[in-house]
Amino acid sequence: MPDTGIGASVRRKEDQRFLTGKGRYTDDLNRPGQIHAVFVRSPHAHATVASIKTDAAAAAPGVIAVFTGKDMEADGVGSLPCGWTVTDKHGEAHKAPPHFPLVRDKVRYVGDHVAVVLAESAAAATDAAELVEVDYEVLPVNVDPTKAMDEPLLHDEAPSNLCYDWELGDQAAVDEAMSRAAHVTKLDLVNNRLIPNAIEPRAAIAEYDTGTDSYTLYSTSQNPHLLRLILCAFVLGIPESKLRVIAPDVGGGFGSKIYCYAEETVCTWAAKRTGRPVKWTGDRSEAFLADAHGRDHVTQVELGMDAEGKFVAMKVDTTANLGAYLSNFATSIPTYLYATLLAGQYTTPVIYCNVKAVFTNTAPVDAYRGAGRPEATYVIERIVEAAARELGVDPAELRKRNFIPPDAFPYATPVALTYDSGQYELALNKALELIDYGGFPARREASKAKGKLRGIGFSAYIEACGIAPSAVVGSLGAGVGLYESGQVRFNPTGTVSVFTGSHSHGQGHETTFSQLVSDTLGVPIENVEIVHGDTGSIPFGMGTYGSRSLAVGGSALSKACDKIIEKGKKIAAHLMEASVDDIEFDRGTFRVAGTDKEKTIGEIAFTAYVPHNYPEDLEPGLDETSFYDPLNFTYPAGTHICELEIDPETGVIEIVDWAAVDDFGKVINPMIVEGQVHGGIAQGVGQAMLENCVYDAEGQLLTGSYMDYCMPRADDLPSFKVETTETPCPHNPLGVKGCGEAGAIAAPAAFMNAVTDALGTEDIAMPASPEKVWRIAAQAAQAAQGAE
Amino acid sequence: MYEFNYHRPASLDAAASALSGAGEGKLVAGGMTLIPTLKQRLAQPSDLIDLSAVADLKGIFEDGGGIVIGAMTTHAEVAGDATVRAKIPALADLAEGIGDVQVRNRGTIGGSIANADPAADYPGGLVGLGATVRTNKREIAADDFFTGMFETALAEDEIVTAVAFPVPDKAAYVKFANPASRYAVVGVMVSQGTAGVRVAVTGAGPSVFRVAEMESALASNFSAAAIESISVPADGLNSDIHASAEYRAHLVGVMARRATAAAG
Repeated sequence: MPDTGIGASVRRKEDQRFLTGKGRYTDDLNRPGQIHAVFVRSPHAHATVASIKTDAAAAAPGVIAVFTGKDMEADGVGSLPCGWTVTDKHGEAHKAPPHFPLVRDKVRYVGDHVAVVLAESAAAATDAAELVEVDYEVLPVNVDPTKAMDEPLLHDEAPSNLCYDWELGDQAAVDEAMSRAAHVTKLDLVNNRLIPNAIEPRAAIAEYDTGTDSYTLYSTSQNPHLLRLILCAFVLGIPESKLRVIAPDVGGGFGSKIYCYAEETVCTWAAKRTGRPVKWTGDRSEAFLADAHGRDHVTQVELGMDAEGKFVAMKVDTTANLGAYLSNFATSIPTYLYATLLAGQYTTPVIYCNVKAVFTNTAPVDAYRGAGRPEATYVIERIVEAAARELGVDPAELRKRNFIPPDAFPYATPVALTYDSGQYELALNKALELIDYGGFPARREASKAKGKLRGIGFSAYIEACGIAPSAVVGSLGAGVGLYESGQVRFNPTGTVSVFTGSHSHGQGHETTFSQLVSDTLGVPIENVEIVHGDTGSIPFGMGTYGSRSLAVGGSALSKACDKIIEKGKKIAAHLMEASVDDIEFDRGTFRVAGTDKEKTIGEIAFTAYVPHNYPEDLEPGLDETSFYDPLNFTYPAGTHICELEIDPETGVIEIVDWAAVDDFGKVINPMIVEGQVHGGIAQGVGQAMLENCVYDAEGQLLTGSYMDYCMPRADDLPSFKVETTETPCPHNPLGVKGCGEAGAIAAPAAFMNAVTDALGTEDIAMPASPEKVWRIAAQAAQAAQGAE
Repeated sequence: MYEFNYHRPASLDAAASALSGAGEGKLVAGGMTLIPTLKQRLAQPSDLIDLSAVADLKGIFEDGGGIVIGAMTTHAEVAGDATVRAKIPALADLAEGIGDVQVRNRGTIGGSIANADPAADYPGGLVGLGATVRTNKREIAADDFFTGMFETALAEDEIVTAVAFPVPDKAAYVKFANPASRYAVVGVMVSQGTAGVRVAVTGAGPSVFRVAEMESALASNFSAAAIESISVPADGLNSDIHASAEYRAHLVGVMARRATAAAG
């Protein structure tokens, strides 16, 4: 079945319903008797809550109840947990101040959750929310992460607002190597804070059934089992068997829908408390204020080189802003998903990284598409480009001198990872060809003749995906295992229902996983149905993030298919009176080797469910589950090259060309992969050129709507040249690596390296806004005039 | 949004009386600014008077050598109108560059100018072309219509009915759009015609303004080179996270030169 099998660009099965408006998102669902929740949010970035008067709101028309943190405290509701313990450089666990779903005594960022109003309609709840009287005593504010270690303190539990002071690598060895380096390049970098902006805002509906003492929560979650685990075991104290979490169609997440937030927690608790289903749908303003934000690092980096331009040491010092509270995985992002990637594609023998993570009066920060790896790539690829310029070496050539060669795998980096495979120079060379690197000097001259500044920039990125080997992450402090489950169930008539713990919210699982199962079992793709997102019907799984769905979830399905085939062989052997060892399986047919005796997999499935003539020692049914725990991360890598043109008169940047050569290992659906690369680059360009989360000195969010927060649009982007190289992952059954985050990881460095190339200075921070670019270009023009 | 009374009068007179009879009435044209403001509960009018059923406020026609555009004409209609495109292409271009497709299909010329957003495009177009605003009570020269940030010469109970544009000999509108909102950070309409030479700037200041020095330079030599050395002071210009006053002042010069070059 080459047209729908592995490697075919099958059109997305899910698009039929999405493009015809038949998707079912959480807000499309309504439960009989439901009431609506509206949150009273803090208008202040930092204040003591002296008192909350709810009488007037409670008496307003249509209002069922008004609750505050005190009510939840009285019911024993706990803190939203951080699930990854980071041990600091003194051997102590990170500071974990409580994060209550509704505040108890203090608000710590604008948008913090002060009270909830429950009413017959959202409008009535919104009206009544204005009647909740909160007496705030406003406190001084900490917004800037670089000054966060000064007063005021956000949490008593975190002196100096420090969550941890953590390190990785051999500092003494790095200092020693740096002292002997022939050349040291230094850079100060800011990785700007981003707001995720999934197209569907978060939403939840919770209901409680008094008959069974059980709950159902519909939620915009990327990982319904994890949400259930956190809510049950850590926050609400409900047995897991009594909570069913359903994540129906979800309109994008990019990480922001991994976490257990205050809103769904309150809805679930309030559903029992009021005896009514409780619905909350966030609006866009709430998404800006209270979705977990991304990035927000300030970094100093040094790269030491010998006389031949070989990297001898790298030293990185980063301050990471975690926001006001710890989101579920906040601690791991600037540590294990960041510093461990600082070797990049290079043989740098010693690397040291120090990370100070601080609390500020801003929205919590957690994983956002790429999560730590874009920050690492930005550090490495910016400093490598800067070093090439300082040395007067072609940036492609400097990279080639330092690439880990293809015969060096498995390759242990000095920052705790073992890369499994890679062909870095192959991808770089292909990208050079795609962009016509040799023709660049002429193109630059042509731009100059038009009064434009042209620049070219590289990003040879690597990421650790397929998150993650449970034993490894467990040893690093993770509170969960990161395997995935897959269940393949033949129905008696030969159709296949596939249950996966991965969750699709834009990735196209329903197509890719169908291709995988259809191809492996030899069943027509239209006979394969993918089921995900409902803890009531799928085996326990860990969800979708970290480019893990195919590498981990797909591998689980592959193993479940293997079990199906294995069992099918026993049934086939019985039916055809042959030995199991003589049964061959190929494209849906079981055959006795060397004969023309055969049975289709449909016949075998029917026999399994109507076992009139069946092996005595075999259970009926054809339904297999597999849990797959990866042996290692996967390591997608590649090179992106950005070419752009700057209008020095206005500072406007036009991206004129983009070459992306990625190695994702084996590709199941090239069309979906290409789409993921396009979207990832767009998001990366968004960060580097357009997007910027700005808080003012009082902690007010200045970029709280699309009037001020600039998302990338189609006309900001060129037509991308996307190609792949294929170095299969050696340790998972499919040879796949993951592609969801690559574009967002690679793009910012490629773009900013092109901007700095065009402008002739390293001193410009993301986003490269027109005014910043204009100022630099104008200064340079003035200086040039002065020199004449 | 808060509750309000909704009216949809069929005539201008009925609209005017609904407006004067309301406690805190607000006219709804395209609603492109008003509706988001209401949704965010930033305004609480007692009555909304929807002008969409007033037939007299729609349409584009030629009148005395000029073009008259009804107040309820959408940006998309102006952008797509063959007469406007033929006679005042700069105005069609301006309308085509407002907001996005949705805004252009709903937003109207009357609503835009009555709102007088300092970053809106139309104020630059009206002043830059020497247009006249017609209301249910009088005619107001564009130069006198825009009086400040979100402020106009309109009386409380006055309704914009149309805008009359003279046809210039040459004109062009060039804007530097805010990358996020696509409003004008700086937009400049340059024209030459019976109204003389006009250089009108929107987006840069609290309200649209003309640059007299550029106008006189262009009157004697209509070329980008003629205004090369003329700059506007940054003092008093808008400054925000997207563009400082200094940058806006610089962009006024760039956009004016580009508009002049485009006008030919």
